[in-house]
Amino acid sequence: MPPLQPALNTLAHRRSRRVREAFIAGLLRACAFSAVAGLLLIMVFVFKEALPIFTNAATQKEANFAGFFSATAWQPVSDHPRYALAPLLSGTLKVVLVAMLFATPIAVLAALFASEFAPSRLREVIKPAIEILAGVPSVVLGFFALMVLATWLQGVTHAPMRLSALNAGLALGIGVIPTIFTVCEDALRSVPKSYREASLALGASPWQTAWSVTLPAASAGVGAGVLLGLARATGETMIVLMASGNAAIHSASVLDSARTLSACIAAELAEVVVGSPHYSVLFFLGAVLFTITFLINVAAGFFVDRLRRQLAGA
Amino acid sequence: MIARIRMLGLLAATLSLAACSPAPVESRGITLKGSDTMVILGQRWAEQYMNQNPGQVIQVTGGGSGTGIAALINGTTDICQSSRPMKPDEKLKLRDRYQSTGIEIPVAKDGLSVYLNEGNPVKELSIEQLKAIYTGKVTNWKQVGGKDATIILYGRENSSGTYGFFKDNVLDGQDFAASCQTLPGTAAVVNAVAKDANGIGYGGAAYTKGVRDCAVKKNAGAPAVMPGAATVKDGSYPLSRFLFFYLRRKPEGDTKKFVDWVLSPAGQQLAVQVGYFPLH
Repeated sequence: MPPLQPALNTLAHRRSRRVREAFIAGLLRACAFSAVAGLLLIMVFVFKEALPIFTNAATQKEANFAGFFSATAWQPVSDHPRYALAPLLSGTLKVVLVAMLFATPIAVLAALFASEFAPSRLREVIKPAIEILAGVPSVVLGFFALMVLATWLQGVTHAPMRLSALNAGLALGIGVIPTIFTVCEDALRSVPKSYREASLALGASPWQTAWSVTLPAASAGVGAGVLLGLARATGETMIVLMASGNAAIHSASVLDSARTLSACIAAELAEVVVGSPHYSVLFFLGAVLFTITFLINVAAGFFVDRLRRQLAGA
Repeated sequence: MIARIRMLGLLAATLSLAACSPAPVESRGITLKGSDTMVILGQRWAEQYMNQNPGQVIQVTGGGSGTGIAALINGTTDICQSSRPMKPDEKLKLRDRYQSTGIEIPVAKDGLSVYLNEGNPVKELSIEQLKAIYTGKVTNWKQVGGKDATIILYGRENSSGTYGFFKDNVLDGQDFAASCQTLPGTAAVVNAVAKDANGIGYGGAAYTKGVRDCAVKKNAGAPAVMPGAATVKDGSYPLSRFLFFYLRRKPEGDTKKFVDWVLSPAGQQLAVQVGYFPLH
């Protein structure tokens, strides 16, 4: 190691340097912790506002936990308000399922192509193009689904309803493709070259190598990508609000209109009386949504960890 | 350890900064807040009034009639625009704070239109039929004289004043059918019905474009009436309503001048241009 410049070695200089370093470290730490604090504050706020459902007798008279499951309809503004979770949960499930079934194969196979088959020039085009898709505002995707996709879909399916879970799910799928693609592509690219070389040396074709060697080796990363896409699809609001029709119908058909948890909160929170049972119920929905996406993200984190350990061990 | 304490101090400072909400700013202008139906109308009034009276500042925001009334009660708006009358419990809240149940000023009339797709052979519906359609008792157009096709219901979100008006005046307070699709904004409803041959929707008369208005009968035997300036004004069209300004107390000074201007022929003429109907 070359000797330090003598000027840097003076005591005063060392001290000012230490102070500066400590200041910068402190600042960065504050930034990191303010993000964590923000998350905690949001969590506390959402759960606190939902609490009257469990503790306040006046709220419980109109909205209580048992009622979420025994009620038959979602009719919050009514002479007899009813808050059934079933139509909202089935609506969310239908839309998210369609989105994932549509987006996962496309995103994973596109990632496989970009990382294993595409010449580097082509990859330089595909990757940014798909990443730009992530930058398309969801309201634009929602508008496209509302105006164009819905008409086209109705022409194909002849379903009575123009706006449906299928329509919203497909638009949502377009929205989550970039999330899944980006994570998958990174995971595939981080598979060591030696794996592929070994496979090819044994006489496997490029497709056999990609499908049976590279993809399984990156499976944890692919799993993480799919889960992150799932979390985004569950929480996404604007596309669904515009494209699903928002009717709280409890059915298994994806051709029916659907009301999702996120769209329901967005649509109703605007004018609800603060502190009313309806208000508490909407925050309860928020807490449910928060918990679902949180668990999915934790699971995705687990997959990423596994991938890291796997590749480190290789 | 020291670093940690310092960091916590910084964090606490950030949090306390975030915690103190901005102090209410003394506004020198007039603020209007409330009904989404009335936002465009309020903005036109404000623009024209500010043009004619330089130096006056009028701010108009929407959010819904309920939001506007809440803002009036909380003191964050001068004038509340509402497409429905104030409810008794809202008046009580206002009285608790200001010893007055507020001033109600009708500023225009609005006819709520029922929209049908242009290709729909059905031309008229009675209130009774509309109620049966929107509560889900009638589900096929042929039950009301149309072709054999499922009726597709469109409506507004339950946070909208239009939703409340329709529910109170057409459904008699009963609940909408679960299959009623709710869309954000009257324009979205109009658009959906324009694209849906079997759709039906409702909303302010101001927005009617690309769809056909349905003539409405008060009851099965009554004549069918189309929404229009004359029928809304004289009340023969069954789905008409007043649009209101609400204030905490009698308007004075600049506020009074503005309200007077809104009620003047010039202000009323502007309401007609936007698509509403004058008071007189």
